[in-house]
Amino acid sequence: MRELTVKEAINEALVESFENDKNVILMGEDIAGGKGRENYPGTQDSWGGPFGVTQGLLTKFGPERVRDTTITEAGFFGAAVGAAMTGLRPIVELMYVDFAGVCFDQLMNQAAKMRYMFGGKQSVPMVVRTVVGAGFRAGSEHSQTLYSLYAHIPGLKVVAPYDAFDAKGLLLSAIKDDDPVIFMEHKKLYMTKCDVPEGMKPIPLGKGRIRRPGKDVTIIAIQRMNLFAEEAAQKILEENIDCEIIDPRTYSPLDEELIFESVRKTGRVIVIDESNPKCSLASEITSLISEKCFNDLKTAVIKITAPHTPIPFSPPMEDFYIPSTKKIIEAIKKVHNA
Amino acid sequence: MNINKNKLNWIYKKLFTIRFFEERIKKIAKEKSVPGYLHTCIGSEAICVGVMSALSDDDWISSTYRNHGHAIAKNCELKQITSEIYGRSTGICKGRGGSMHISDFDKGMLGSFGIVAAGPPVVLGAALQEKINGGTKMSTTFFGDGAIHNGAFHEAAGLAKLWDIPMLFVCENNGYAEATATDWHLNTKELKDIVKAYDMISYQGDGNNVFEVHQITRDAIIESKAKNTPIFLEFKNYRFSGQYEGDTQLYQPLEEIEEAKKNDPIKKSIEMASEYNFSSDEIKKIQTDALNEVNEAFDFAETQPWPNPEDALEEVYVNYPKELLR
Repeated sequence: MRELTVKEAINEALVESFENDKNVILMGEDIAGGKGRENYPGTQDSWGGPFGVTQGLLTKFGPERVRDTTITEAGFFGAAVGAAMTGLRPIVELMYVDFAGVCFDQLMNQAAKMRYMFGGKQSVPMVVRTVVGAGFRAGSEHSQTLYSLYAHIPGLKVVAPYDAFDAKGLLLSAIKDDDPVIFMEHKKLYMTKCDVPEGMKPIPLGKGRIRRPGKDVTIIAIQRMNLFAEEAAQKILEENIDCEIIDPRTYSPLDEELIFESVRKTGRVIVIDESNPKCSLASEITSLISEKCFNDLKTAVIKITAPHTPIPFSPPMEDFYIPSTKKIIEAIKKVHNA
Repeated sequence: MNINKNKLNWIYKKLFTIRFFEERIKKIAKEKSVPGYLHTCIGSEAICVGVMSALSDDDWISSTYRNHGHAIAKNCELKQITSEIYGRSTGICKGRGGSMHISDFDKGMLGSFGIVAAGPPVVLGAALQEKINGGTKMSTTFFGDGAIHNGAFHEAAGLAKLWDIPMLFVCENNGYAEATATDWHLNTKELKDIVKAYDMISYQGDGNNVFEVHQITRDAIIESKAKNTPIFLEFKNYRFSGQYEGDTQLYQPLEEIEEAKKNDPIKKSIEMASEYNFSSDEIKKIQTDALNEVNEAFDFAETQPWPNPEDALEEVYVNYPKELLR
């Protein structure tokens, strides 16, 4: 086996998709870097976006398919919609999910609704890759997750992988998918590694994953929260509590059945989401469990989320904002002893 | 101007069809016999028909919520358009779009958008696809004068110029952005100069003269393709309709409306008919045919079945577990 970082896995999925389908193109701000300085050695492809994820694509596939854009999210998101409808498979990069406000119309009203509203004759096979997540000391406007904002909208699919294996497999699927997909990459996970076999197959959207089987408590963890859930589950073994960790991986469509099966087995549930609590994925999953598994529950579901505040900059405050392993351990004890 | 007789017949037929169609829509709006918002395009017929007469059937366009004229001129099926406005299952969007979203992808319509300035970026994308795949279809986005202040329009214009994308930005300057007069909201003396900052070629024409619109558009398509560049076209006309049906239009001075009637595009087209060797009998015959088709379309729509309520769950996605939609 070989290990890849999330960043390398995403880059590899992009390269393979470009190689396998000539209709795949990439558009985004500074996805290569050096646009306009083509005559100077060393300038081209020097960035690959602020996190270097797309580095090398321009060199391999050229400026026609790897299009460094101006700072015009509404412009190139809309262009992706039109290009997708007419035969291309565009991938657009929203540098940070926090920037969604400036192009949300093209996502919410055009990409998501074209197929339905205009009678089902066309589809919009585009992927929005975007960066999410707190913990980078990046302040209120570069740290959000906003998962539920997208999952709320019919017509969009939402993917948020935790490790490199899932990132690669799910991105391969997202690019092949005929519907618009929002693919969320967590900035704190880019450099984390795991085994990613050569030539791996796409992972179907809408299928969750049991990261750790267990019998006593179900923990449903969203994206980076899998890291803390795993730490907590290890720790609590000392007290003979055996936790099952579910990583839904995609949030629209959501693998509800995988969640319900685990809940029916344990009857004790914690949902962890680093987003703000109101109308979040955590609230959605909790409400689904109470609707569908009420009689299986032995105690109330506990939601662990960020508080209902913007994301603070200063490290002690940001660390307080993000759900912690300690909070998860407390919650495990609470649902277990109830 | 050399336009063959078939095309001339088509031009007159479409002009009359759109006018009769919209007059009938005004009538049913008053009677409240259809659901939903209605935006008619009385006064825009020559722009719809003039531009479309220079395009091929499979060229790409986008329209707006004021789309009936564009859809008719793009050769969408009249019965299906009408059925859609009535919300029936045989509508062009299967009853899921309504009057604001009349669009047929098979006729090159990328969409009719309810959001002002949503179309230019989408059409830019279709044009980009043509460029990348070496296609030859022309891409044209229609919008009103109100859209020229919107960021999405400017972002699309900037990218189109920067990327050397052949496409047409067609602005129908009909004097009003909703209830706000154009001569008040313009920052430039001439609307067409709004794209000067992008170093984009732009032309202005009389939007009441269908042949002038045709000629300018035809030339612009040739120039745009030859120079690999977007071109902005401004056609001036007058919005006789309100923003929507039911609008009191109190913000439009009566003397202004009276003055504009002198240049009514249908009246003007009839006056010009003899120059194109039409006899008045021929024109009358085309008018009768157009009116009959419109009447048939409305008779058809009124008798069409409603969609099944459960049909609301169809075609949200290409692939999605149906049980998760509820």
